[in-house]
Amino acid sequence: MCGIIGLHLRDPELYPRLGPLMVQMLQGIVVRGPDSAGVAIYGDRSRCPEGQAAVSLLNAPEDLAVAVASELPGVEKVRVELVGETTVLTAETSPEMLASAVITVAPESRVVGIGEDMVVYKGIGNPNDLAGTYRLQDAQGWQGIAHTRMATESAINAEGCHPFSVGVGVSLVHNGSFSNYATIRRELQRGGISFDSLNDTEVGARFVASRLAEGDDLATALTALGDKFDGFYTLLVTTEHGFAVVRDEFACKPAIIAEHPRWVAMASEFQALAMLPGIDEAHVFEPLPGRVYAWKR
Amino acid sequence: METLKQGTAEIDLAVQSVRELNAELHAPNAQRYVVRHPRGAHAVAAGVNAPLEVQIDGDVGYYCAGMNQEGLITVEGSAGPGVAENMMSGVVRIRGNASQSAGASSHGGLLIIEGNVSTRCGISLKGGDIVVGGNMGAMGAFMAQAGRIVVCGDAGDGLGDSIYEADIYVRGTVGTLGADCIKKDMGPAHRKALRDLLAQADMAPQAEKQDYLDGFSRYGSARKLYHFTHEHARSY
Amino acid sequence: MMRSPEDRGLRESATFDRAAIAAIQAAATTGVYDIRGWGAKRRVPHFDDLLFLGSSMSRYPLEGYRERCDSDVVLGDFHGAEPIHVQVPVTIAGMSFGALSAQAKEALGRGASEVGTATTTGDGGMTEEERGHSDKLVYQLLPSRYGMNPDHLRAADALEIVLGQGAKPGGGGMLLGQKLSDRVADMRTLPAGIDQRSACRHPDWTGPDDLTIKIHELREITDWKKPIFVKIGASRPYYDVKLAVAAGADVVVLDGMQGGTAATQEVFIEHVGIPILAALPEAVQALQELGLHRKVQLIASGGIRHGADVAKALAMGADAVSIGTAALIALGDNDPKYAKEYDELGSAAGYYDDFQDGRDPAGITTQDPRLAARLDPVEAGQRLANYLRVLTLEAQTLARACGKSHLLSLEPEDLVSLTVEAAAMSRIPLAGTTWVPGAGTRDSD
Repeated sequence: MCGIIGLHLRDPELYPRLGPLMVQMLQGIVVRGPDSAGVAIYGDRSRCPEGQAAVSLLNAPEDLAVAVASELPGVEKVRVELVGETTVLTAETSPEMLASAVITVAPESRVVGIGEDMVVYKGIGNPNDLAGTYRLQDAQGWQGIAHTRMATESAINAEGCHPFSVGVGVSLVHNGSFSNYATIRRELQRGGISFDSLNDTEVGARFVASRLAEGDDLATALTALGDKFDGFYTLLVTTEHGFAVVRDEFACKPAIIAEHPRWVAMASEFQALAMLPGIDEAHVFEPLPGRVYAWKR
Repeated sequence: METLKQGTAEIDLAVQSVRELNAELHAPNAQRYVVRHPRGAHAVAAGVNAPLEVQIDGDVGYYCAGMNQEGLITVEGSAGPGVAENMMSGVVRIRGNASQSAGASSHGGLLIIEGNVSTRCGISLKGGDIVVGGNMGAMGAFMAQAGRIVVCGDAGDGLGDSIYEADIYVRGTVGTLGADCIKKDMGPAHRKALRDLLAQADMAPQAEKQDYLDGFSRYGSARKLYHFTHEHARSY
Repeated sequence: MMRSPEDRGLRESATFDRAAIAAIQAAATTGVYDIRGWGAKRRVPHFDDLLFLGSSMSRYPLEGYRERCDSDVVLGDFHGAEPIHVQVPVTIAGMSFGALSAQAKEALGRGASEVGTATTTGDGGMTEEERGHSDKLVYQLLPSRYGMNPDHLRAADALEIVLGQGAKPGGGGMLLGQKLSDRVADMRTLPAGIDQRSACRHPDWTGPDDLTIKIHELREITDWKKPIFVKIGASRPYYDVKLAVAAGADVVVLDGMQGGTAATQEVFIEHVGIPILAALPEAVQALQELGLHRKVQLIASGGIRHGADVAKALAMGADAVSIGTAALIALGDNDPKYAKEYDELGSAAGYYDDFQDGRDPAGITTQDPRLAARLDPVEAGQRLANYLRVLTLEAQTLARACGKSHLLSLEPEDLVSLTVEAAAMSRIPLAGTTWVPGAGTRDSD
């Protein structure tokens, strides 16, 4: 149970303002999820330089850089940054290669995000404090999502934080609770997919990632999710190509979308959107029950 | 009740808290209030219990005008979930759109949403009236027991599911009707009720046009689910 | 005289026993499921499976008839509201006017007020009778919102947001047509005589994030003066208690599966939820992990019958208990003096559970004016007060034997379990051992 915000910028002139806008949006959803918060930022080249891969880790040991570099022939340097509980590695390689090298060197650590354009941060504590930890105010880029969490049936820890990012550049945040996720998790496990947590949202994220890997586009994958998953949910899913929202057929958990020529935004509550530039001219609406809304870059 | 003093007071939620606002409204020193910078705050003007005029300049979050009694509350913007929930009396007007569960379980008073309203508008309605200028989302009037809902635009799926004695008037299209909800005849008394509601909602110019009123259809309960029997097992 | 089937050597099926056969026959005849009142009738692990360790050499008892053992509890001061101070740690659970007669509601108020404790409204609004006769009245906010009125919110001594009930976590109640009298129907804004099916989910919020905002609204409406209770039916209490606290509750009411109901599907009553013995340790653990045990109060209910149940619930970590079924029995429910009438209804004194059909000979679970008039609210209130005193005296007797000068000084270490299953559920060691089966295996993801 939680708060969600997402901002997809259409106007490149706004890219430098991604962070400040997200900080303002985040304040509107702190009450909904005071336990912890996670963020995914797309297109901030100071965090994930052009041509490099970024891998976000929890439980990472110290001094990873040299060991990981030694696993990556031809890679001169692996940059390591500690951001609260999250460790971010970047290197001039593919996201899969970097993640695989990390797991070889530090199998106890948990990969919570891999991308060529995306960096994920997770941690427990007050979301406003975490925004400082993540230097969210300084973020630039073309897209970002954040989630504040009130844990329901799993522990309050960084692993339980959203976004759940289990495919390259894919992030999923969720408000609600799935009611048949244990069965779907078993099905996915039988198909060879492994899980990091008992969290219901991870099941949604793995399902979407598996459909995307099979070639679905985002909207098709979320339609498939809607057919499969029972319960109450509002989901926001982002990829390195776009942004999509879906609610279950009962549509009890809140969601508001605002569409403007310069941006598309989604939040659990209007107060998270109130400060966006031009909100008064935006088309503000609630996603209809069971319908997928998707935007491409 | 003490005599209300005349005059307008202004409360700026960019400076003052919702608590300060509501404490003032519950022990008012003015007759009329203007609330600035609500910015989606929750429980704005909740629990008003006097015939105050409250004008809110902007968008509000959850439960604006919750359980209103007598208050005349206008939101110059849009409203979040549960606006005017369990209202007893008074008038709440939303110039923009309203989110889900608008007017939930309202016992009396009039809620006007000039724009569109989301899902479950008028859920468990218990005698209040709701006029929607635009469209109404899915599951409108779910389990509505009494009161009236007027929709000048279209209504979404599952309209009036498990409705009791509430009346629904829709001018546009209806997605699907919920269990036990049927289209009903529109008699002179219903036309008058509809016209009066539109007039109360300040939609009098339309209300005076016969052909505008002709566009409405009335929906209500088939009363087949009032008794719990096996014949209706597929509807439960 | 014909010999009984057993005497004739016939064998009853354990699986298809007579009750199961009768249920199949009834379903085949009517096409609808059985709806009844009362609570679960099956045996489940309960407080009976625990025993107190009285003092002897290593610990010292208080003088049983003389030395002081206090019983008062303050409920609901965590967020600075005006709390309810009850003199005995036993409150009366929410039971609606509609499910009960006006006379029964009045009697509950009279009895509770006499001993200084609180009563609770129910799914049907607040009546003048109960407000007038209850010194301390908890007003419930339920999914159906029947009769919900802000004037009553302000007139109440506390608010109780009901998420669920032990008899039916996840379900809504029923009030069948024969009980929907003109007055009850009017209070609920329903046509008289229909079969009312209550909502199971609140109309304007779902989940703890929305509940946080809902509680804020209720506090605003009542100017932060009223304590807010959150009542949950025991199913996943470890999480639900944490979430109720996160959402802003001052008091959590936890109702075990044995808790009663006026009318719900038999299948729900017997097959959903967990016993209070299993639920209570989960709830207490949740509060302890939050550092809020005995700060946010916990009221346990579902199957409380005597002072030993009260004392055991408090020892396990509850701050108070709540009674429903037992209170009705104290008023006169299932009284043998109506044995003949119970027989005529196809039941018997001690078995009557048809609270849904409004023909209660004792005049308690009915809206029939002729039957309701049988219950004298003054006399019935006196009976309830007597019973509440006995509950308290019994609990004090046990507490003194454990050396406690306040009932809330009881602790789990004063108890042992009699059975392996009770030890596993209550987390109280099996008598004569230090063994708690399965201790410490909660999944911690």
